[in-house]
Amino acid sequence: MVNEMAEPLIFHFDVDGDNFTSAGQASVQVKKNLRQLGIDPETIRRVSIAMYEGEINMVIHAKGGEADVIVSDESIEIILKDTGPGIANIEQAMQEGFSTAPDNIRSLGFGAGMGLPNMKRYTDYMQIDSVVGEGTTITMRVNF
Amino acid sequence: MTINTVKDLLEAEILCGSESLGEEVHSACGSDMMSDVLAYVKDQAVMLTGLVNAQVIRTAEMMDMKCIVFVRSKRPSADMLELAKEHGIAVMTTAKRMYDACGILYSNGLKGNGE
Repeated sequence: MVNEMAEPLIFHFDVDGDNFTSAGQASVQVKKNLRQLGIDPETIRRVSIAMYEGEINMVIHAKGGEADVIVSDESIEIILKDTGPGIANIEQAMQEGFSTAPDNIRSLGFGAGMGLPNMKRYTDYMQIDSVVGEGTTITMRVNF
Repeated sequence: MTINTVKDLLEAEILCGSESLGEEVHSACGSDMMSDVLAYVKDQAVMLTGLVNAQVIRTAEMMDMKCIVFVRSKRPSADMLELAKEHGIAVMTTAKRMYDACGILYSNGLKGNGE
């Protein structure tokens, strides 16, 4: 827990969509920052796994995007915003095992259709706002 | 068991993190799908995998793992080892196949569920 925080702390990242090798760098940095703030390890793990999955998704599907992490007294909020193709059927995308990732992504260890379900599993709140052809914004919250 | 015991049992070669050979680990998992590792694993300290890319190291870091074992003689790149060093993760490679490597560790007491 963060002590007596007056203003929420905001960390902003640009997620590079061109390079799968570097995907996840923002999540690694967030994990470091949260450790420095003295937040408990289980909360850190939930936030960083959820964000990591989201970051990988942005690289696979949307050529990158932007990530904001807002640390307040009550929660850690993660906002992932991209201008990718959007999600046509959110209900379907939330099913474990459903994936539209190309085969080459599966050979890299992802694209098993576990990303969005994992993000929901590790967070207390998750909202997906998506418009086909315009992009997707995912808001997740982990409460203290 | 210690990370050193994992290394001995698998006749593995340590590639980085030899300073943590004395650390105790209590559970392990084996997978080539990082999505599954992120979904199903909890408190597993050792990951066995045949997949070689930077996301293996990042997945281990996200899950607070201590040790990665590459099976089938797979060798990570220098960049991957740098990443592992940064996060204090021990990395080794064994000639054994996934099934054999998991079986050897399991039968010597390293379980999958953390018990």
